[in-house]
Amino acid sequence: MAVVYQKSKMLTDAPLHYCPGCTHGIIHKLVAEVIEELGVEGQTIGVAPVGCAVMAYDYFACDMVEAPHGRAPAVATGIKRVHPQNVVFTYQGDGDLAAIGTAETVHAATRGENITIIFVNNAIYGMTGGQMAPTTMPGQVTQTSPYGRDPHAAGYPVRICEMLSTLDGVAYAERVTVESIPNIRKAKAAIKKAFTAQIEKKGFSIVEVLSTCPTNWGLTPVEALDWLRTNMIPYYPLGVYKDKTAEGVY
Amino acid sequence: MTDRVLMKGNEALAEAAIRAGCRHFFGYPITPQTELAAYMSKKMPKIGGTYLQAESEVAAINMVLGAASAGARVLTSSSSPGISLKTEGISYIAGSDLPCLIINVSRGGPGLGGIQPSQSDYWQATRALGHGDFFVLVFAPSTVQELVNMVFTAYDLAEKYRMPAMILSDGLLGQMMEPVSFPEASEVKPSEKPWALTGHQNKRPHNIVNSLYLKPEELEAKVLERFERYRQAEAAEQRYDEYCCDDAEYFITAFGASSRIAKSAVDLARAEGIKAGLIRPITLWPFPKDIIDRRTAQAKGFLSVEMSMGQMVDDVRLVVNGRVPVEFYGRTGGMVPTPQDVAAKLKEMAGGAK
Amino acid sequence: MAKAIIDEKVCKGCGLCVHVCPKKILKLDTTRINAKGYNPAVLTDEGSCIGCAMCGIMCPDSAITVEK
Repeated sequence: MAVVYQKSKMLTDAPLHYCPGCTHGIIHKLVAEVIEELGVEGQTIGVAPVGCAVMAYDYFACDMVEAPHGRAPAVATGIKRVHPQNVVFTYQGDGDLAAIGTAETVHAATRGENITIIFVNNAIYGMTGGQMAPTTMPGQVTQTSPYGRDPHAAGYPVRICEMLSTLDGVAYAERVTVESIPNIRKAKAAIKKAFTAQIEKKGFSIVEVLSTCPTNWGLTPVEALDWLRTNMIPYYPLGVYKDKTAEGVY
Repeated sequence: MTDRVLMKGNEALAEAAIRAGCRHFFGYPITPQTELAAYMSKKMPKIGGTYLQAESEVAAINMVLGAASAGARVLTSSSSPGISLKTEGISYIAGSDLPCLIINVSRGGPGLGGIQPSQSDYWQATRALGHGDFFVLVFAPSTVQELVNMVFTAYDLAEKYRMPAMILSDGLLGQMMEPVSFPEASEVKPSEKPWALTGHQNKRPHNIVNSLYLKPEELEAKVLERFERYRQAEAAEQRYDEYCCDDAEYFITAFGASSRIAKSAVDLARAEGIKAGLIRPITLWPFPKDIIDRRTAQAKGFLSVEMSMGQMVDDVRLVVNGRVPVEFYGRTGGMVPTPQDVAAKLKEMAGGAK
Repeated sequence: MAKAIIDEKVCKGCGLCVHVCPKKILKLDTTRINAKGYNPAVLTDEGSCIGCAMCGIMCPDSAITVEK
């Protein structure tokens, strides 16, 4: 018998600290598999965020740095400007990228910074115990929106891919999810396209991945997949929002 | 060294950084450090370097974190309110044991304050460049030539001790033109950085640059290791300059721009028979405790002269520890003390002219 | 002939592999708990495994190796 599926060598032996059924683990695997398949493990430098994925530096087997909350795109910019031949990516959650790090994200994008961002959107702050995120759905109950997110008081969720797609520096922006096998396959293809765009020096690339948070949503892992499908995908439609990977942005 | 040229402090700083091997500058516009950034924006593209105007000081310092983690000699510059914004990143840089150079061309505060020269960031520079247990090497130049020399020293020591370094300049020095000469670029030897993120090329385990240690015993061990380096720096790197100190009884302590005024005040006081001297800290951290401690034995009093409400005077008092009086004279808000005012204060301490 | 090999010490018993298995031959073993404190996933009918690897793809903890 031959091995048809196994853990990527781009992941270390460190056991993931994520809650059971959290799809962060799936997204880690996709990033690792893509880097391995592109053969760039030795050239890749990753930037971990603050949030649930803070310890991503222990999981990815490439060189890694841990950035302050929201600043991963700025840290990645610093690295990429020193090592333009290396592959530089950030792995960030929604609080990190779409709240505290909005400025760093938007400006890295508009500069056409030749980096790849993996943006994990699970509509909640997971690490701190389930507070309302910039991406929390209207009506969604969290620790800090106990009566459901009220847009009158708390505003509307931020659609990052749509917003960034208006910027000329963005070579590639796609929203995917990992709640089913077909969508996982599409997510991997998108991540591969984003990294490839960077390797080919086409400009800024971002893949937003809709993800689950069973623990803080108060659902089983399988129920969480359904909740994502029913509640998040209608508000955050999947698809390609920008694709200048053929011509590049500069 | 090159031939002497007349240069503005801020531009000389930028040129010195380039000659010290800096090829990456990340900044955000703020008065009165503007000439430095402008110089970088002109020079860097011509030498294959990076000048990047960030979206904020917060972003700029995090670009510094990234570039430093990648092993580069990197520079950012700002002025007081901008340094406050950078403190987040400085704490992470210190916690990640990364070397870098930060320049504060300081101005009056608090808040938006003013744009005139000030030294009211002493406490911030030596105590409060971010949260947590850490120090930053802090250098205080008093001439444009010293600014230039300091850039080389600051990079070398930052790399030696794996910690950030700051040059605490001020608007006065930044705008002042003086003749300077520069060390040749060939004299620069940046240190090896085996910890840097370069991509492991499948030849070594992955490097991790990080400031997170969730286990308290691990974090404590990390901080203790860092403080051992701080102890070594304190033992080896206290820098200062003395003027008329051999027979002095009254010592002025002053750094940067106010030390130039203090020097004139020493001359004025000496003309009136007061045995005055000047101890000028060149490193504010590590603070030159040893020389102040030694001079206390012959001193009848110390006078800390600062362009603030009195910040460094705390450190002088800690060293003198009540053995002789330590007084303060200063102006703040961008006002500059005159030598006459300082000399008058010395005279008052000495009980009138001798 | 195919086989899903589950690394029980890594498994967190989340059940996502059980959910996606098209042959319905994975289950959480509620009679046992692993060192992490979870009911591990087990393959109940080795002969029926088709080696599609969906369980492996879905497992967030990379606990499953699939052979075919």
